Amino acid sequence: MLEHQDLTHILDDVGRYQNRLRELRELVLANVVMLGEIPAPTFGESRRLDFLRNRYTESGLESISVDEAGNCTAVLPGKNPTRNILVVAHADTLYDATVDHTMSVSEERLSGAGVADNSLGLAVMASLPIVMEKLGLELESNLILLGTTRSLGRGDLGGLRFFLDNAKMPVDFGICMEGVHLGRLSYTCLGMLRAEITCTVRQDRHPGCTNGNGAISAINRIVSRLLAIRLPQQPRTSIILGSLNAGKGFKTPPLTATLRLEVRSEQLGMVGEILHDIEMILSEINADTEVHAVLQILARRKPGGIPFSHPLVQCTIAIMDKLDISPLIAPSVGELSALIARGIPGVTLGITDAGDDDELASSVMVKPINTGIAQLVGLIEAIDGGHCDERN
Amino acid sequence: MNVIDAWLRNNTFHHGQFWDVLKLIEIKKAKGLTISLCIPTLNEEKTIGKEIVVFKSELMDRYPLIDEIAVIDSGSDDRTLEVAASYGADVYYSGDILPEHGFKRGKGENLWKAIHQLRGDIIVYVDADIKNIHPRFVTGLVGPLLWQDEIRYVKAFYDRPLAFSQGIRPSGGGRVTEILVRPLFSLFFPELTAIVQPLSGEYAVRREVLEAIHFPIGYGVETSHILDVYRKWGLEAFGQTDLDQRVHRNQSTLSLGKMAFGILQTFLRRIESFGMVDRLPEMSHIFRQFQALENRYEQVTFDIVEEERPPMITIPEYREKKGLGPL
Repeated sequence: MLEHQDLTHILDDVGRYQNRLRELRELVLANVVMLGEIPAPTFGESRRLDFLRNRYTESGLESISVDEAGNCTAVLPGKNPTRNILVVAHADTLYDATVDHTMSVSEERLSGAGVADNSLGLAVMASLPIVMEKLGLELESNLILLGTTRSLGRGDLGGLRFFLDNAKMPVDFGICMEGVHLGRLSYTCLGMLRAEITCTVRQDRHPGCTNGNGAISAINRIVSRLLAIRLPQQPRTSIILGSLNAGKGFKTPPLTATLRLEVRSEQLGMVGEILHDIEMILSEINADTEVHAVLQILARRKPGGIPFSHPLVQCTIAIMDKLDISPLIAPSVGELSALIARGIPGVTLGITDAGDDDELASSVMVKPINTGIAQLVGLIEAIDGGHCDERN
Repeated sequence: MNVIDAWLRNNTFHHGQFWDVLKLIEIKKAKGLTISLCIPTLNEEKTIGKEIVVFKSELMDRYPLIDEIAVIDSGSDDRTLEVAASYGADVYYSGDILPEHGFKRGKGENLWKAIHQLRGDIIVYVDADIKNIHPRFVTGLVGPLLWQDEIRYVKAFYDRPLAFSQGIRPSGGGRVTEILVRPLFSLFFPELTAIVQPLSGEYAVRREVLEAIHFPIGYGVETSHILDVYRKWGLEAFGQTDLDQRVHRNQSTLSLGKMAFGILQTFLRRIESFGMVDRLPEMSHIFRQFQALENRYEQVTFDIVEEERPPMITIPEYREKKGLGPL
């Protein structure tokens, strides 16, 4: 375990930050509202990142730029930079631009499409320069603030991967920001395969086929077979069936059906084994029925991470403990994967609690936000002070 | 160029002209002005929190353009005041202000009492039901007052449909404006038809104007302001700013009927107090509406003459056909 006395002054400070951050609450919430009301579906984030760029400019940051992938970057320069600390938040949301993005603010909750994933995370990052200024913090290290494009779904972390492949400033540590949940701590990432299976009725073999259940019947067979794949309980492995789309009405069997899924595993190689099983199932289906099933791989991640004993993890836990935050340790398949894949130590943190249990990430709690920001600032200070460096 | 065209050219703005908040603050300081934001409310807990958060953050904490944000409430039975106070607004129950003058429930009452309660040299009034609230709702209205000393009263108007296929688009106000107020203004005060949305609930006004005009309590407050300011200071006292889109809840036709009835009362009362009942101006045949091309607004005039025919029974041919004798 980390010797807490190393961090004593930082741990003392983070408790005080909570109170001082109350003065900045409206500033952070206004950023959430104004960013969150700008639609930003994956591949359509540019307007939201324009706003972020203006915020960077207003804060007097340096090296403000929009790169070829559309990412918006800025640097809060350190006094004597020997490290570059990256804070990253994805700008895209799961919501199409046609969805109502109006946000509302009550005493307890902040509500609106995509507020938890990830308008709040992005807004906190946009607020960081003014937060640091108001808290009177000047870092030795350079702080790189990065709002990324193309993170979710088919985006496959495209924005962050482009940045890491092309950045002129090497990244020494990374902190990935997510709106929820306060206490979230990811320092490992799962092996992951994101794929889409499309079933199409072969009209050449069954011209004008309108009887039966068309593609739905076939996709149902595939689902049954997928659910029958034996998965190990340890290391944790899962197949997540995310969405199923087929047909438009009541009386016409659809000619196509699409299943979206993710395979996740903590074990290296396990995702590849399951992929082989899925390909075998599809081969059998294709040989045996009148439908043609195609697997399209949209994203892949390798499992990996830093150990629990890494000073970055231990510092994070110590800061959470000081703020009475209960760590919720879970592996990530998000931005952290891109950092880990390049050997950059990093963690993913959440800012506040979800407002409800809905699956649309549309409501978050207001009160814990200050604690979430205090945790972030404390961790940045800890990294800046060298407390998260690995001891040789 | 006629008066209306000149006014449209010189006194009509777009909020984008006032994007530089630091410049506005500089002018405000140089002129020694203070600015108050007043939000009149009645049961607005769903939208008030966001308005306070956005205005306080952007126009007080980040850029100190406004000096106070006040919510003046008519007696909400939801948590409007609690929500507003929790995000840093000064909150008042209208009945507690000037209690010796009693309490009347209505938006105009809150606007009137704000003059007594708030300290700004300029008061900006913004309704509480705006879903797409943004700092432009204040900067766009305050800007003309800071820029031009001769402007005293700035009204908001809203345009910019999300999609429009042709270059020129129809523009104007809501249903009550287009069906009641614009025809009345066209008939009796043609210059006032230059104001695109006379009933909009957002406006910024100098104190010396506010303290010198009447305030109807209900629906007629905006109409009476326009008429009174026009009568006292003329068209050049007005400015108007395009604030792009305003998203808010729509009112039913029945509600708009009540509004129109209140406005008509106010209008006729003004006609009476202006001594115009016995001295009505010659009825104008010109009806004025608006069209917009990009940021340019122009009036479209229609010569509408309501000619009349006499009763058929007075027509000789009709009388002969029906066997009636000559008149």
